[in-house]
Amino acid sequence: MTLPPYHVGVERARLYEVGFDRIVDFFYRLAEAADRLREDGWFQYGPEKLPEYIEIPARGTLRVKYGFPVFQKGGVCMDVTNTEQAGIAEEAGAASVMVLDKLPYDVRRQGGVARMADVKVIQQVMDTVTIPVMAKVRIGHYYEAAILESIGVDMIDESEVLTPVDEKHHINKWLFKVPFVNGARNLGEALRRITEGAAMIRTKGEAGTGNVAEAVRHMKIIVKEIWSLRGMTPEERMRVAREYGVPHQLVELTARLGRLPVVNFAAGGIATPADAALMMWLGADGVFVGSGIFKSSDPRERAAAIVLATSMWDDPETVAEAQAMISEQKSMMGIDIRKLKPEELLQVRGD
Amino acid sequence: MKVGILALQGGFYEHLHMLRRLAQETGWSIEPVLVKKPSSLRGLDAVIIPGGESTTIGVVARRVGLLDELRDLLESGLPAMGTCAGAALLAKSVRDRVVGETKQPLLAVMNIEVVRNYYGRQRESFEVDLKILALGEKPFRGVFIRAPAITKLWGRAEAIAELDGVTVAAEEDGKLALAFHPELTGDTRIHRYFLEKVKR
Repeated sequence: MTLPPYHVGVERARLYEVGFDRIVDFFYRLAEAADRLREDGWFQYGPEKLPEYIEIPARGTLRVKYGFPVFQKGGVCMDVTNTEQAGIAEEAGAASVMVLDKLPYDVRRQGGVARMADVKVIQQVMDTVTIPVMAKVRIGHYYEAAILESIGVDMIDESEVLTPVDEKHHINKWLFKVPFVNGARNLGEALRRITEGAAMIRTKGEAGTGNVAEAVRHMKIIVKEIWSLRGMTPEERMRVAREYGVPHQLVELTARLGRLPVVNFAAGGIATPADAALMMWLGADGVFVGSGIFKSSDPRERAAAIVLATSMWDDPETVAEAQAMISEQKSMMGIDIRKLKPEELLQVRGD
Repeated sequence: MKVGILALQGGFYEHLHMLRRLAQETGWSIEPVLVKKPSSLRGLDAVIIPGGESTTIGVVARRVGLLDELRDLLESGLPAMGTCAGAALLAKSVRDRVVGETKQPLLAVMNIEVVRNYYGRQRESFEVDLKILALGEKPFRGVFIRAPAITKLWGRAEAIAELDGVTVAAEEDGKLALAFHPELTGDTRIHRYFLEKVKR
């Protein structure tokens, strides 16, 4: 006996005797109806199709989507869990805030399934600050993303800090008008996310540890891999494109630019002004700070100091001034990454 | 011509790129300078304030001592062009569409009122062809990203571009405030318009 694929006609679907085949028939007819609707353009996979025509004014165009992160460059995006923290971040000069249910450090502590933040909290934050508001969705969770788009979040982070819902696939981000940021540990991962439509990349680091070592490692890997692309023959780059599973043109473009073709921020373990300046020096366009600020005991001063150090990263005197604004005794405790069990690492989620 | 670009946060490299393109197209000698400290303000013929987050740019500029020095220069006549967040920094009055009054630090040198996020959030960002008489017949592609609008003008400030009856570009004594991003289009006409006046 062979099992029919599930769109094939009813005659061959008789797996059971009397009675039950009527139900099977019913389900097949539903499937047929869905097929017909799909042909007529009523039913499609994913929340929304990109319009083929151009509306005037044209909303959600590539230039608008990819332009948004350009105006975040040189800035700091801070993780916040409520309006009070968002207000502190804005006053300190954050370029945007990321609304979470729990800070990464608490995600680690509490365990369980980490999901997108409370819609009500996100809306409250959007009503209190003038700077852009981002929020995280689980890897592969189309519907969390559709919800965030519909309430008007400025950017969506498809983040490994939350529990992934799809172990194999990321969201097809071309379906959305809101720009997405995705994490990456190496060039292949970054280019795959760009192929899926990410408008911004952030190096993953190891979130919630207060230890910037992994962020440094990931940034250096990406820079090294881009530079090795530049030294390759076109045939070798073709091979790399196949290995990464991305279009050859994207690899060529990256080699020509000598950097990622989208805005690239650093994240994961940034806890002090010096950490932020180091990531900028390594080639990041800006930084995400997670638990580093609101898990320290001097969040106001630290937020302002990290903003200053990020803008002025190429001026050691000003970074020293920024570092003097905070006290090391008030920094978050931090976790030694070597003491984490392999299953406790967040960076390995979603390759 | 020495043109400073305020480079604390935002799209300053994009303006740098536009100035290089403009120099190639026109043969003018333009020397772009990235301004991060008060010392780089010396000898500038004009200054560009890029798009970004106006709160961030204002807070950092005040911290490094740029805000007051730059304001003095602008008040004594240094030509300036501000795009998006830059326009907000140049304005004497800034409000937010949702939040209302903001306490952010400003340069406050143009007689205009800017309303931040006038068209809404990122979802409502758009592109549209603008008619700008000063640039000739050919429309200019306006890229509006979480864009502000200029809701009031007084004194010598004049509107040079409108969208549905709302001012999106204004000029006052060699200072230019734009709600959109010419640096994302590859069209150098606005940068050219601005620097032509500086040259004279």
